Amino acid sequence: MKVRLTCSVNQEPVDVLVDDYKTLLEVLREDLQLTGTKHGCELGECGACAVLVDGSPVLSCLVLAVESAGRRITTVEGLAADGRLHPLQECFADLGASQCGYCTPGILITAKALLDAEPNPSRERICEALSGNLCRCTGYLQIVEAVEAALRLGAASKQRQPLLAQSEPGAGQ
Amino acid sequence: MRLPGFRYRAPRTIEDAAAWLAEQPADSMLLAGGTDLLPNMKRRQQTPSTIIGLSGIGALAEIRNGDGLTIGAGVTLSNLVADPRIRTSYAGLWQAAAQVATPHLRNMGTIGGNVCLDTRCTYYDQNYEWRKSIDFCMKRDGKTCWVATSSPKCLAVSSTDTAPMLQALDASVTLVSAGGARVLPIADLFANDGMHYLTRQRDEILASIAVPALDGWRSAYWKLRRRGAFDFPVASAAVAARLDGRRVVDARIVLGAVSSRPLSADRAVAQLLGQELTDDLIASAGAAAAEIAKPMDNTDFELVWRKKMVRALVSAALHEIRGDDMRARRLQLARQEMLSMPASTSAAR
Repeated sequence: MKVRLTCSVNQEPVDVLVDDYKTLLEVLREDLQLTGTKHGCELGECGACAVLVDGSPVLSCLVLAVESAGRRITTVEGLAADGRLHPLQECFADLGASQCGYCTPGILITAKALLDAEPNPSRERICEALSGNLCRCTGYLQIVEAVEAALRLGAASKQRQPLLAQSEPGAGQ
Repeated sequence: MRLPGFRYRAPRTIEDAAAWLAEQPADSMLLAGGTDLLPNMKRRQQTPSTIIGLSGIGALAEIRNGDGLTIGAGVTLSNLVADPRIRTSYAGLWQAAAQVATPHLRNMGTIGGNVCLDTRCTYYDQNYEWRKSIDFCMKRDGKTCWVATSSPKCLAVSSTDTAPMLQALDASVTLVSAGGARVLPIADLFANDGMHYLTRQRDEILASIAVPALDGWRSAYWKLRRRGAFDFPVASAAVAARLDGRRVVDARIVLGAVSSRPLSADRAVAQLLGQELTDDLIASAGAAAAEIAKPMDNTDFELVWRKKMVRALVSAALHEIRGDDMRARRLQLARQEMLSMPASTSAAR
């Protein structure tokens, strides 16, 4: 049976009819075509499907889509803003923290929740927050270093203007 | 793996939930955080025709003061861990909840769900095709217990972290049905049977867990698992005690993951009562507790070693309660180096 689901995904309102047995992960990928969130173990063991629900990291493979009604959902597609990558994404790219890339969306979104909640987490705290995200390429050191770099970049970027605002009005058109 | 089909209902009050559950108690299941039921449904271990989702019932998610604390069954493990009343007054419960699974799963999973966690077994926690290939097992769809083929009962393991600690803290639970509510000691919620591991009736909802005010008590929870994060316990020790100086006035020791229920170690407690908590006594109580542990060959790790580790875990908890600095030992446990030290000299001073 189809049921109606209204919620917000990446700050946009969503109003769709979905199969009532589907998980949030299946609705994101199959009904909303947001395939950035990955389908890993589907049993809550790997963290590849992590998304934020009302700001908290959860595993979308173990959330019934119908229980997401009215919630504020953030996926990896919602990280970039105003034409700029999130500092975490910049640092993951610059520091080689993404190897095969399959775990990366879940790790980015989990790390974002950490950085939003805590201004200056220690390395130990970063590892703890990411302990539910498995990287089968085992590139954990680069991942943790990239999160630390994003901490520094994020703090610095508060003084910087977004790229689009640096352009002349009408430039490039 | 897709979820099998089901009818989903979302009550707003516990009264509605109980009334709806009473309509079809045999075919309905309660959904709280979803971290236990939904994987089981994907693997077709549990296939309810109706799911009653409890997440919309606000009253289940509250922690209330009283004579002690009353913890709503729907409080997430993350919220439990974040509550300063738990950390300061019930350190063992804090340690137990903080060691369940991962941050993501603690954001979802509830204390009630962890208490009612389905028992686990190598022959059961597998997908449908795997289980079919061994002609299933006694716990679901089959006749034989593959852990011990002559066993008349299922030997799946109680794998909850919080229930042993709550039992050591002398908690009680409130079960609500359409016919009313009943309160029972949490020890009476469990039965030593891997299939029928809860005495909860099919039409009852675990609504809350009350822990008494425990002035002067200290508590500690120690857990064995393969990784430093993320795994179910394969042996654990939940200890609560009231000391007068170093003399033990009262104590409770409950073992986790070495039976189909949290196991109370009464003979070990009897050794402690009225005695000075010396290194020798701690070692002796740890050995007495390990005697009752019955780990089976159906979880991670070798069963003889798991039984030996019970001694080390109980001893470590008692040392911690005595006030010894056990932080280094906790780190060692995560790296699986703990057994290399004799339990009687384990205090990291």
